[in-house]
Amino acid sequence: MLEQIIFILAFISALGLFIFRLYRIYRYIRTARPLKFKFRSKRITRILKLAIAQSKIFNNPLVGILHAFIFWGFIIINIEMLEIVIDGVFGTHRSMAFLGGIYPLLLSVFEVFAVAVIIACVIFLFRRNVIKLKRFWNKEMTTWPRTDANIILIIEILLMCSILTVNAADSVLASRDHPHYPDVGKFLITGLIQPLFSGMTDSSLVFLERFAWWFHIIGVLIFMNYITFSKHLHIFFSFFNIYFSRFEPSGKMMNMPSVTNEVKLMLNPSAEAPPSSTEAPAGLFGAKDIRDLYWKNLLDAFSCAECGRCTAACPANITGKKLSPRKIIMDLRDRVEEIGSKLLKQEKNFDDGNDLLSRINTEELWACTTCNACIEECPVKIDPLAVILELRRYLVLEKGLAPGQLNAMFANIENNGAPWQYSAEDRLLWTENLSFKSK
Amino acid sequence: MEHSPLKVPVMVDLHKEGKTPEYLFWVGCAGAYDDRYKKVTRAFTKILLHLKVDFGILGNEERCTGDPARRAGNEMLFQMMALNNIEILNSYNVKKIITICPHCYNVFKNEYPELGGSYEVIHHTQFLRQMIEKKKITVKNNDNVNKLITYHDPCYMGRANEEYECAREIIRELGADLAEMRRNRRSALCCGAGGGQMFKEAEKGDKEIFIERTEEALETKAGIIASSCPFCMTMLTDGLKYKNREEEIFNYDVAELLANSMGL
Repeated sequence: MLEQIIFILAFISALGLFIFRLYRIYRYIRTARPLKFKFRSKRITRILKLAIAQSKIFNNPLVGILHAFIFWGFIIINIEMLEIVIDGVFGTHRSMAFLGGIYPLLLSVFEVFAVAVIIACVIFLFRRNVIKLKRFWNKEMTTWPRTDANIILIIEILLMCSILTVNAADSVLASRDHPHYPDVGKFLITGLIQPLFSGMTDSSLVFLERFAWWFHIIGVLIFMNYITFSKHLHIFFSFFNIYFSRFEPSGKMMNMPSVTNEVKLMLNPSAEAPPSSTEAPAGLFGAKDIRDLYWKNLLDAFSCAECGRCTAACPANITGKKLSPRKIIMDLRDRVEEIGSKLLKQEKNFDDGNDLLSRINTEELWACTTCNACIEECPVKIDPLAVILELRRYLVLEKGLAPGQLNAMFANIENNGAPWQYSAEDRLLWTENLSFKSK
Repeated sequence: MEHSPLKVPVMVDLHKEGKTPEYLFWVGCAGAYDDRYKKVTRAFTKILLHLKVDFGILGNEERCTGDPARRAGNEMLFQMMALNNIEILNSYNVKKIITICPHCYNVFKNEYPELGGSYEVIHHTQFLRQMIEKKKITVKNNDNVNKLITYHDPCYMGRANEEYECAREIIRELGADLAEMRRNRRSALCCGAGGGQMFKEAEKGDKEIFIERTEEALETKAGIIASSCPFCMTMLTDGLKYKNREEEIFNYDVAELLANSMGL
């Protein structure tokens, strides 16, 4: 009875904290600028392709299969959570065993995935810490992001080991006709490792089974809350991020209707001001902080797994410039967390002396070639370029802070109609002496 | 045999004669002013004239699309240019635009419609492939046969607009062998000129992007690096000079290669 009460309390409080935290992040995202989007069946197809089938991760088939084992393992093994929760609440044991012959089959499948998850996690730990794959060691991968990644992998290994231990101890006890451990059939993996436990007494096996069971469930409950502060949050948010991702060509930049109004007035001063100008001011041109960005940008930030595929493909980063698309997205998330509570209190004009630009250096922003490689690489449809361009817009439109050579280019376009200092009168020079066989 | 000079039709003249050509050929700033890219403009124009395509150019009325300003953050300047250009294009009742610049292509195709300028936009590689498909273009000589050519994907045709195959099909049509770089198509490396970089020094780093890309192109052992973007051409030509390979390896636009093979 005591065990049941402890279980129910632990389960409800962990689930409550988890939901509270997710709702809080949802509210953070809602504080950003609105963005219209349409439902399309293509969005579902995209989730099936990118999230469920993991298509982008499979660009590297070996990594693809390992990551897929962890992902599919996560989904499949979570079915077993259902049984664990029922057993925990009602003090039962293997409540789903009524399924009969299918039960050991199901558990065997879970076990195979558990082993696959362990193997994948070990390889991933090796890749991060021994092979030291470059994208896991870029500058923005400071101690915390690297530790975070290792914690996740280690917890996953421990959780899988504990579930295997439960099954093994359980089936040894069942084979000894222990009254509390009915025989529910043989499981594939733990059936093989049973001999390891056969030398133990009944009481130490019961203790081991109980310990591993509690370790597993408490571990899951803690991990569930941990991930909301971690890059592992991508396991939830990437689904939404893929769902809400754009279908336009990635070369299309977001329009600024507020500028269109101003330009139209400038070109034709006699025209009446468009009705929208009577509405509340549209805010800044471009973005310098969270509230100037759009909610999809914030959703991007919470969906990022910090895998660094974007940065590994970024031409600026490859050639040693400061720009790293992953850092832009990580800075964005850190900034949201930093001022989140103020955002939620609707303190629209609060000033903490910082903004996104105190994290992101202008040198990073001006190194971008807008080549779209980061967007193309992202397995979960994050768009770092959109953030870079909104920050550039702020620097230029609000602050006049473009690099000198770009200001010269602007002046040329404005005065000569070309980014170089040539006269429009010379636009036909290339047509002179044109004939077939001439160069 | 002496060839008489060819005349390039200009919209304002055509308009006076009451003509509305099927296509507007948007030359672009690089196509009109950049000495190297002018050769591409000339090669492509010769193909248009050879095929007797019904087209016109804006000539002195053409202005920058505003793309470099927009990507460098100057939305105000971009929209001024865009609204002015749209007014001119619409006044000539333009329906189809052919352009030899991927940046112009992208901005016309994806960004002008929201500002009131909707056109069918065709990049010159797309146009040339159509003409090949319709059997209007035939390769006449062996200029490029069996030559090893590598193709550099411009970001604004490739990832930005998912056009990867037109230029490659043209190269195959020449009878040439296509050698792919390590990073190609979706994962092609940028030449380093997009997003306004063409007009400024690069930020501090270990290496110039165009050198990295040129080295990749050289790894293919191809004798010709083909591209289809004026900015990419500038960067790759600079890269070849930097590597002291400009005497042996050549950087051509796909249109130039085709014009040569057509004997124009």
